[in-house]
Amino acid sequence: MELFLKIGEGSIQLGLLYALLALGVYITFRILDFPDLTVDGSFTTGSAIAAVMIVHGFSPWLACLGAFAGGLVAGACTGLLHTKGKINGLLSGILMMIALYSINLRILGSPNVSIFGSDMVFDHISPITLMLIIVIAFKLLLDAFLRTDMGLALRATGDNKQMIRSLGANTDTTTIIGVSLSNGLVALSGAFVAQTSTFADATSGIGMIVIGLASVIIGEAIFGAKTVFRATLAVILGSIVYRIVVTAALRIEWFEASDLKLITAVIVIIALVFPAVRSKVKQKGLAKKRSAELLSNIQTAPYSKPTGGEQ
Amino acid sequence: MLHIENVSKLFNPGTVDEKIALIGIQLHLKPGDFVTVIGSNGAGKSTLMNIISGVIKPDTGLVNIEGQSVGHLAEYQRSRWIGRVFQDPMAGTAPHMSIEENLAMAYRRGKNRGFSFGVTTARRNLFKQELSRLGIGLENRLRAKVGMLSGGERQALSLLMATFTRPQILLLDEHTAALDPARADLITSLTKEIVRDMNLTTLMVTHNMEQAIRLGNRLIMMDKGKIILDIDEERKKDLTIERLMSEFEQISGTKMADDRVVLG
Ligand SMILES: Nc1ncnc2c1ncn2[C@@H]1O[C@H](COP(=O)(O)OP(=O)(O)O)[C@@H](O)[C@H]1O
Ligand SMILES: [Mg+2]
Repeated sequence: MELFLKIGEGSIQLGLLYALLALGVYITFRILDFPDLTVDGSFTTGSAIAAVMIVHGFSPWLACLGAFAGGLVAGACTGLLHTKGKINGLLSGILMMIALYSINLRILGSPNVSIFGSDMVFDHISPITLMLIIVIAFKLLLDAFLRTDMGLALRATGDNKQMIRSLGANTDTTTIIGVSLSNGLVALSGAFVAQTSTFADATSGIGMIVIGLASVIIGEAIFGAKTVFRATLAVILGSIVYRIVVTAALRIEWFEASDLKLITAVIVIIALVFPAVRSKVKQKGLAKKRSAELLSNIQTAPYSKPTGGEQ
Repeated sequence: MLHIENVSKLFNPGTVDEKIALIGIQLHLKPGDFVTVIGSNGAGKSTLMNIISGVIKPDTGLVNIEGQSVGHLAEYQRSRWIGRVFQDPMAGTAPHMSIEENLAMAYRRGKNRGFSFGVTTARRNLFKQELSRLGIGLENRLRAKVGMLSGGERQALSLLMATFTRPQILLLDEHTAALDPARADLITSLTKEIVRDMNLTTLMVTHNMEQAIRLGNRLIMMDKGKIILDIDEERKKDLTIERLMSEFEQISGTKMADDRVVLG
């Protein structure tokens, strides 16, 4: 029992720390329908900026703001590459991710920077409490933004580009705004993670995109995504569930800590394949039933007029 | 209102696939004109619509709207003057967003999109009122996802979204062609009503000759990238399908051979 509580608490804390990352990934993958791989780079950018600012004596909150701004810029670059440079979306993200690897090393000055003993945002408040407040605040802000005129245009950019363009929105601009905002959140997540682990590492961002994706997919599968409000909530809960699953899996003796990324990949694969298979099976069953129904109709009323049509 | 001056457009120029979509098009619309456009497949009707709305830039020629040259403006910039309905009912609406959200986006046509809420109580009432004009009960389903609507309902919504901000020009590209006859009739009569009530300058492509004759105050026929026939209000009054067919045959020297052209 105590063990479970411990796993639970650790998972919730980690889940909340990475929930902002998951919200960022939700914006690009789900709202914009833009598979953005910048994330692996911008997560590190966030932790690097925060760590270096903290080491130089800036307030940890200012450091978080700096990280957020850094993420915004990185995302805007990816958006520009894709929209103005006409580079394929996946490739734009990969290019930016690679570029950021060098940039992050420049920011850090060495492969990793310790901030142990410096002032941090979690000094006077537990990470769970603070992250809960921050994550809920960002969730509500994001929900509100997505209901504004600009937010609606951003959602429509991912839903029907041709339509929103014919209504006068510049879809290049909305794409850049969306990708930028997404990476801002990702970098902010990196800043908080660096402050709980007390260091920033140039490789800490590797695999972050898959973690974010896992949270989004798991959350949507379990909690549903009917409205924006539901979807963002699902993404946050998905981030927590993902941590619980991973922690539980790692407790199996055979697994080692280094298997984390493999486990993550497998979870994402299952979460992706399962709904598709389920709906296919459902469809098949439905089709069989309908066909049988129609057949029996024909047999009982051979000359009945065909009915149905739209509606 | 709308002036199209000597517009030409080639696709794949200089290759074996070269297609003359438009060649030397001249077209002038007066405010309130309702022009129906007919012509066989590949005549260049959709290309003309795309050039007016800025989706495609012409190789030569000018497009003027209300005395202003719009050649340098992108599609999204021209949208403040132009409402469009496409053939595909899926094209004009965002399926994963609600009816009221779709209308809110149309409400901001050609205006800046900032941080005020898209759907407010006042706007919702306006949307309800506008939707009830369609007479198909959508006003009671404001929060339904548009993807749940039938093709006919989606097209009616698209028509409303294209028109309720009173654009200077309305472009309709075979917007009833993908619907079954009953729904096509509904959309046609809604179109007629809305265009008349709002006095919209309209260009409507249709493959239905009877409809092209019955609606509007002017009819043009296109073939191989040219306007080959331009019938004004006076002559349109006693136009028949037979007369239209024989005119076409005289001008082009061939029979109207297109299954998609519906006679009645
Ligand atoms: N994007 C395109 N690329 C190449 N050819 C095109 C393209 N769009 C249209 N065309 C060609 O231009 C001509 C006119 O097409 P279109 O304007 O769609 O005709 P309509 O709408 O009258 O049926 C056709 O020959 C068509 O094949
Ligand atoms: Mg066409």
